[in-house]
Amino acid sequence: MLDIKDLKVNINDKEILKGLDLKINPGEIHVLMGQNGAGKSTLVKTLSAHFDCEVTDGDIDYKGKDLLELDVSERANEGIFMSFQNPVEVPGVNNSYFLRTAINEKRKYNGQEELDTMEFLKLSKTQLAKFDIDKKLMKRDLNDGFSGGEKKRNELMQLLLLQPELIMLDEIDSGLDVDAIKTVATVVNDMLQEDKNRSLLMITHYDRLLSLIKPDFVHILKDGKIVKTGDYNLALELDSKGYEGIGINDEIN
Amino acid sequence: MSDNQQIKKLLNSDYKLGFETLVESDTFPKGLDENVIKAISKKKDEPEWLLDFRLKAYKKWQKMEEPSWANLNYPEIDYQDIAYFSAPKKALDSLDEVDPEILKTYEKLGIPLEEQKLLAGVKGVAVDAVFDSVSVKTTYQEELEELGVIFCSVSEAANKHPELLKKYLASVVPVTDNYFTALNSAVFTDGSFVYIPPNVRCPMELSTYFRINALDTGQFERTIIIADKGSYVSYNEGCSAPSRDERQLHAAVVELVALDDAQIKYSTIQNWYPGDETGKGGILNFVTKRGICKGDNSKISWTQVETGSSLTWKYPSCILKGKNSVGEFYSVAISSRAQQADTGSKMIHIGENTKSTIISKGISAMHGVNAYRGLVKVAKSAKNARNISECDSLLIGNGCKAHTYPYHEIRNSSSNIEHEATTSKISDEQLFYLNQRGISEEDAIAMIVNGFCKEVLKELPMEFAAEAKELLSISLEGSVG
Repeated sequence: MLDIKDLKVNINDKEILKGLDLKINPGEIHVLMGQNGAGKSTLVKTLSAHFDCEVTDGDIDYKGKDLLELDVSERANEGIFMSFQNPVEVPGVNNSYFLRTAINEKRKYNGQEELDTMEFLKLSKTQLAKFDIDKKLMKRDLNDGFSGGEKKRNELMQLLLLQPELIMLDEIDSGLDVDAIKTVATVVNDMLQEDKNRSLLMITHYDRLLSLIKPDFVHILKDGKIVKTGDYNLALELDSKGYEGIGINDEIN
Repeated sequence: MSDNQQIKKLLNSDYKLGFETLVESDTFPKGLDENVIKAISKKKDEPEWLLDFRLKAYKKWQKMEEPSWANLNYPEIDYQDIAYFSAPKKALDSLDEVDPEILKTYEKLGIPLEEQKLLAGVKGVAVDAVFDSVSVKTTYQEELEELGVIFCSVSEAANKHPELLKKYLASVVPVTDNYFTALNSAVFTDGSFVYIPPNVRCPMELSTYFRINALDTGQFERTIIIADKGSYVSYNEGCSAPSRDERQLHAAVVELVALDDAQIKYSTIQNWYPGDETGKGGILNFVTKRGICKGDNSKISWTQVETGSSLTWKYPSCILKGKNSVGEFYSVAISSRAQQADTGSKMIHIGENTKSTIISKGISAMHGVNAYRGLVKVAKSAKNARNISECDSLLIGNGCKAHTYPYHEIRNSSSNIEHEATTSKISDEQLFYLNQRGISEEDAIAMIVNGFCKEVLKELPMEFAAEAKELLSISLEGSVG
């Protein structure tokens, strides 16, 4: 599904990704780990075409298309979803209206019929009920005055309703309590079960989420490149031995 | 499509109403003097007293000086370089005789000139269509007359209802109020005259649609609306003009009178040509609009959506004379490209227990400059006056500006005045968030702007709300560059 070759990315003229390669097949769960500043968020932001990220070299193939040719909303409509660490507030824009518009933009893009208000309400009710997510969040303005936990729940809601093919979660577990993390895992696992071609790219520091959403591949980033890849056991090893313990130190190459 | 290509495409989208109508018109040669005024009066078949009124106003105008205090930048207006009258040549007695090009124009603009065969229960909209200096057609006149409602052009009123016109003309806006009202009083061309008799609730929306078409002309419309005791009317003013390189002057005067227990709702959706990115062309919109809540328990609401015009200079105001009278002002003003707006409201509290509300939303984009200027004046006699003012500015991009000049003159200590102002910017992060959920740049801006303007948009009559929303998004096309 996703094939990244030799990707080099600058942020504010500083090179962060220095020739990264990564391949994600349909149905796979990948985790990015690494020390702060290694480039994990940068990779995910680059895949969404965030305005901070300047691609200087490399290719990204997504479902047979050149991803670098597509803009932010096009990539979203092609099924790429990025959850935000700190979702921004957009006062004045009703959450429900925003979600319906987003869903319909994707349907339009893919030549499907748009949902009217009634159909949307039905859809959202079913999805939310499945995971006990508070309906009241729908009535408020987008993230306006939401607590950290409410914002993360709103991200989940969007995930459920937009049904993306490549889910990218950037530290979705940060600031969440035990129960909230369980809900995230339940939602994500359910979505991955429902569509076997759906893939997940996660960034996290903590073992808890990984124990609930077992990854197929764990990649460790250092200095803008993937330096080690393994399976879930690598994450466990990292957890017990630390970065130095598994052979990743601050040596300048 | 790469980002740059998309933006270029958006920037090149045109003012969609900028087409010109080719009709044979009777246009006066440029210039202004007493003879021109006499000729205008004659063309309109006006009674002697009205010509007198004009000539007196002209003399006063000649002694006045053009004001320069507004936060506006514009080249000097040469008043002799304007033609003060233009009307299509073909006779205008019946819709059949109107030049087909004009009919096509209104069709293109979406203005219904034919009284539509409506489904039971669906209300129509009565339209007075003004093309340059004349009213082309006023629909539903007979139905309205049956209720005693007068809805006709001012020219028609001069002959058919002289007593009423004489009584109220210049009663709210005196001739010498300002430079442009004096000019308008001398050369006003046409506009609507509305009278609602006591205890009648006008059954349909009344609407006047102004279309400036001829080159090098100015449009000076005059509108008077009188709501007699216990009556109600909702009136809408729409306008557009072709895109031209030269600027055109639009100096209008609107007077509203609400007697005891009466209510007037006046909405404007102004979509004049805004000029291009460098500020070339576009309409100079200098307007004096004032309503007097003469009677007790009367109410006047002004709702406006200003998206066009190169320069906008207007302060729809309410004089709250009657006890318990209410004045309201809801406005969305957009300054994009190189537009400039200096607009706001004046609420003058004179009677007891009066209340006013001002909600002004200014949106600046590209190199637009938006200034809010408001006055809340509470006279000594105004016991228990209450006012709430909220003026919010939204900035899109880095080249635009917003200014706020609120004035308060309070002479009665029992009054309660609240003022709130906010300034915000559409952040890149907000746009990116909406984009990443599949919403295009344009739609994202439209969503945020609509949310910003929600409070004002909901005051618009339903029939016009959709048009206003569309206008807002069209006006902001290409704003993110």
